[in-house]
Amino acid sequence: MGSAATARRMQAWGLLTPMLVIMVGITAWPLMRTIWLSFTSTSIGGEPAQWVGLENYWQALSNTAFQESLGHTLYFTFVSVSLELVLGVAVGLLLNQPFKGQAFARALLVLPWALPTIVNAMMWRLIDGPEYGALNALLVQTGLLEDYRSWLGDPDIAMEMVIVADVWKNYPFVALIMLASLQSVPADLYEAARLDGAGTLARFWYVTVPGVMAPLSVAIVLRTIDAFKVFDVIYVMTKGGPADSTKALSFVVYQEAFSYLRIGSGAAYAILMAGISALLIALYVAMLRKQEGST
Amino acid sequence: MKYQRLGARVALYAAVALFVVVTLAPLYWLLVMSVSTPVALTRIPLQWWPDSWDFSRYTKLISDAGGPVAERFLAALRNSLVVSVASTVIAMVAAIPAAYSFSRYPGRQGVLYGAVAVYMLPSVAFVLPLYLILSGLGMLNNVLSLVLVYCTILLPFTTWMLKNNFDQVPHDIEQAAHIDGAGVLGVIWRITLPLALPALGATALFAFLLAWDEFFYALIYTNDIRAKTLPVTIADFAAGRATDYGLISAVGVLAALPPMLIGLLLQRTLVSGLTAGGTKG
Repeated sequence: MGSAATARRMQAWGLLTPMLVIMVGITAWPLMRTIWLSFTSTSIGGEPAQWVGLENYWQALSNTAFQESLGHTLYFTFVSVSLELVLGVAVGLLLNQPFKGQAFARALLVLPWALPTIVNAMMWRLIDGPEYGALNALLVQTGLLEDYRSWLGDPDIAMEMVIVADVWKNYPFVALIMLASLQSVPADLYEAARLDGAGTLARFWYVTVPGVMAPLSVAIVLRTIDAFKVFDVIYVMTKGGPADSTKALSFVVYQEAFSYLRIGSGAAYAILMAGISALLIALYVAMLRKQEGST
Repeated sequence: MKYQRLGARVALYAAVALFVVVTLAPLYWLLVMSVSTPVALTRIPLQWWPDSWDFSRYTKLISDAGGPVAERFLAALRNSLVVSVASTVIAMVAAIPAAYSFSRYPGRQGVLYGAVAVYMLPSVAFVLPLYLILSGLGMLNNVLSLVLVYCTILLPFTTWMLKNNFDQVPHDIEQAAHIDGAGVLGVIWRITLPLALPALGATALFAFLLAWDEFFYALIYTNDIRAKTLPVTIADFAAGRATDYGLISAVGVLAALPPMLIGLLLQRTLVSGLTAGGTKG
């Protein structure tokens, strides 16, 4: 009996081996190595690396560029995800109503989601263009704007323009999940509530909201994890400018390591960023475990 | 009562119309830019419907006579295809036994959650050591390196999605095959996989999309047409000064077509794939 259980365990691990080899070799090990690098003065083409302890971390935390980029990242994440939640819920509710062309409208929702991130960023960069951009043309031709302006060249609104591009592409993710969970709320629950004399609002509050709460929170945590890592859309639309107003954390890590070639402090920046991500990921995994336990 | 219902209908259709316009307008404009003449694109006031549809940029991009631009585009297309297909295949091959193990041999959920967690960490946490190793091995600017690195993004995702699907496949047929003396791999190959075939296809397509969209690693590990993928090439085109906006748009349209078709194809399975952690970046 004992040997049969052992054989099963061996089999289970055996089946996992290819995956574990790849994951340990190309992620777990590099992660450990990044942590080690963050305690050294490693640089490309510089002097031999030395152990510097926590110096890179102190330098990062006391560095205003790092602090500001953390602020930009949190602002981007908070505003983007909030808008995605509001729009996603609204559009999910809208497309759940019966109307002619519903299947077509639902298919449209997939298009921004499927559009490659870089193509989306490039598209919005052209639309927001200062000289020939379609946004300027539209606003001026409809009389909403006096003169053409440089949307991405103005530190006061460049980040908001990046957020618009990001929200347009990513709110459908929330809307799709909202739509699917609306459809999974049992119809007889609505019927029962109606028989109990619940009005439209009461039915929404006591039947719809509890039914979509769990999947929606998973969607929001996923979006938050993703938004916090933002890089691609900023790289293409603004390269972190103007006046560093859109420089996000991942961009600062990228510059520190690959423009200034300071690998040690770049690694410390990366670990600080990964640490904040890890908090969000822990929340997501806790949600998964709860889901697993309830089914 | 009747007027109230009519009012609600009008509001509903107005909201739907707004949704359709906001969704399609940017995409429509991308398409229009790709077929407008450079003169039409720089005219003020701007022309919203092109006088003539000029498809020459598309033919230029995909023909051998297109010069260096076509060369860059076709190389990027080839690299993107090779990297996305190869990393999807490797990720599927490694994920199938792993997902089966997680599904049929309970007790190692920690490993599964660990893999999902690592996959969600920002790429910056891994990029530096991998860069140093690849540069030491002379493997920078090589599609093979991208294939390997992309496996780490695709593998946890495919494992998680397949595990959830294998959970739905009934165990009793497998038990019968076991009693008939089939080995584990035989059972997976002959019983589980055929039963989970649609899920396998959807998972592979999702994985392909993840690879097709990846930018950060490709930006850092590649530097010319031997390995640059489409996203990196598009970023290059967009950053170039005084370039033809129409040409960039045409490249964007071509790069967007495969994922958009896949997206429409996946509509039904989209949500299960999304909640399986469809985050990228």
